[in-house]
Amino acid sequence: MRMSNTLLWILWALVTLALCGWLGYRLLLSDDNEIFLLGQTSHGHHQIELACTSCHTSAFGGQEVLQDACMNCHGDALKAAQDDHPRSKFTDPRNADRLAEIDARYCVACHREHKPELTGEMGVTRPDDFCFHCHANIAETRPSHAGMEFNTCASAGCHNYHDNTALYEDFLLTHAGQPDFLEKMRVPVRHPATDEVHAKALTLADIDMPKTLSMDSAIPSQWQHSAHARSGVNCSDCHNDNGAEYGAGSQTSAWIDKPDHNSCRSCHQEQVSGFLSGMHGMRLAAGLTPMRPALSWKPMREQAADITLSCNSCHLAHDYNPVPAATESCLGCHADNHSLAYKNSKHAALWQQEISGNADSGSGVSCATCHLPRETHKKNGKDVVRVQHNQNHNLRPVEKMARDVCMHCHGLDFTLDALADPVLRANNFQGRPATQIKSIRMAEERLRQQQESRQNRSTGQ
Amino acid sequence: MNSKTPRFTLITLTSLALLSGCSGETEAPAGIAPQKFTDALFAVMEADRTVYTRKVVQRLANEEKVIKASEHWSDDKALPLPAQMFRFGSEAVAEKTDAFSYTLQSIWPINEQNSPKTQMERDGLQYVVDNPGKNFYGEETLGGVTYFTAVYPDVAVSPACVSCHNEHRDTPRSDFKIGDVMGGVVIRVPL
Repeated sequence: MRMSNTLLWILWALVTLALCGWLGYRLLLSDDNEIFLLGQTSHGHHQIELACTSCHTSAFGGQEVLQDACMNCHGDALKAAQDDHPRSKFTDPRNADRLAEIDARYCVACHREHKPELTGEMGVTRPDDFCFHCHANIAETRPSHAGMEFNTCASAGCHNYHDNTALYEDFLLTHAGQPDFLEKMRVPVRHPATDEVHAKALTLADIDMPKTLSMDSAIPSQWQHSAHARSGVNCSDCHNDNGAEYGAGSQTSAWIDKPDHNSCRSCHQEQVSGFLSGMHGMRLAAGLTPMRPALSWKPMREQAADITLSCNSCHLAHDYNPVPAATESCLGCHADNHSLAYKNSKHAALWQQEISGNADSGSGVSCATCHLPRETHKKNGKDVVRVQHNQNHNLRPVEKMARDVCMHCHGLDFTLDALADPVLRANNFQGRPATQIKSIRMAEERLRQQQESRQNRSTGQ
Repeated sequence: MNSKTPRFTLITLTSLALLSGCSGETEAPAGIAPQKFTDALFAVMEADRTVYTRKVVQRLANEEKVIKASEHWSDDKALPLPAQMFRFGSEAVAEKTDAFSYTLQSIWPINEQNSPKTQMERDGLQYVVDNPGKNFYGEETLGGVTYFTAVYPDVAVSPACVSCHNEHRDTPRSDFKIGDVMGGVVIRVPL
């Protein structure tokens, strides 16, 4: 009996050691750490869910560590959106009682990960009526809200928790009554994609590729007609790992056959940064293999399943023609209803007119017009228009697309109504919005009542 | 500066006070008393707020009319309103330290979120309105933490304050005059 117990202890110790060794190997040395995944992550993070340290940057530190990780990726976007519920609002002691319901100092209070059974469309893991906890008495100051269900605050197209830049009351009033189609329907004309200035345009005679290398015969011609050649960007500027020091005609061992986004970044910092922040590039940013359509949760074309996403997968190396990158590259992979319906849409017809030279620049609507929008930034007092390469930046909630995209061509009423219509979104906006968002009418009515009340006060009624 | 320093100072002060009580001796506290701390903070806040209101907003927006001051300063490419300037500072401080916090509140707020919420805020704001020139001090426990809470009067120092508040469409009061207490600055220090 005693011997039997000893054997059992030895067996237990061996099994424990073997298990620890196997788990330790999987955790520290193996690329396959799926066994540690506690549950599927949300649509926003599923691509990088096996890069555990993207969020769990330290084994110690608890919620603060996770919060830092959230803000590391999403902080700039929240600041740009003038977040209506910043952390500082909830670290104020006067709101301490509210934290008992929702500890809104932390993103994970509403956006828990590894909880697929709780996760909603916005990556929110709370019931939709969470506004109730702090705004239960809203009808006292806004009688028009009496009787409204708290799960309609956001779903009715009126409010967002973070980004209300297209929904705040004075914005609604300023843009109320605009026509559905504005008199001038144009997106801004983009400026060159970099501030880098090269000496002069190059020709085939200037090509500085090492003579010992061979290449596809089509490449020189593709390059010759590209913005790169026109801007003085030679082969070595991209194909050499220290292109800046690489003189024309030099031979070097540092030649890179297939430059990646790091080469592009030397001139296109903003664009690469956007790419790495979105669904297309976030795996690369997390140190994983590139994104492939096969890994996506969205419907994709079967034949595109194993395309690896990089700058060149959309921009086509050596051509770097922005026209195919704006639609054909997208539709080469994406096969959801919205994408499939694009070619028959009015937006697509306008795009065809523009690229065929029959309409003004900025009058067409490609996939990129909406999903990689042209953003205007101030630089040294001047407007600089650049393409946002994080195509997820304005996707959720849909109203994020209103100001930087839709309102270049459409009035606010029409914009909000169309964005809120799931049928229109699916058929790529073919037809009229089925419903009308009430917020603009409510804002106008409130203004009318305030003016009437003020008038009565001033006349002593 | 270490963000824990003021809290540490207060704990040290409290400990010293208790010890001196036990020994029956009276010693001068070695650190800054909470009230002196909040009084000093308010002196800086009030000075900056007055300067911004008079020398930036009143001068450039109301008198010179070279730029607007707007609640929607980003969209309108305008100056932030003095109350927003104050709030942005408060939020920036909150990101740096939890040694103290401060807010601008009023019994007649344009933004409902800035109305008093705790009983001490209500008492303090009413006190500074009823007793011009005086401050209000007390202790309150919020979320299990005891705070030294000070409320200071926020006075209309410039025509810009009065005209904006009286004319704003969301204002609950439209008869403010220069020199009126329009609200209060609430400063809290965890004890």
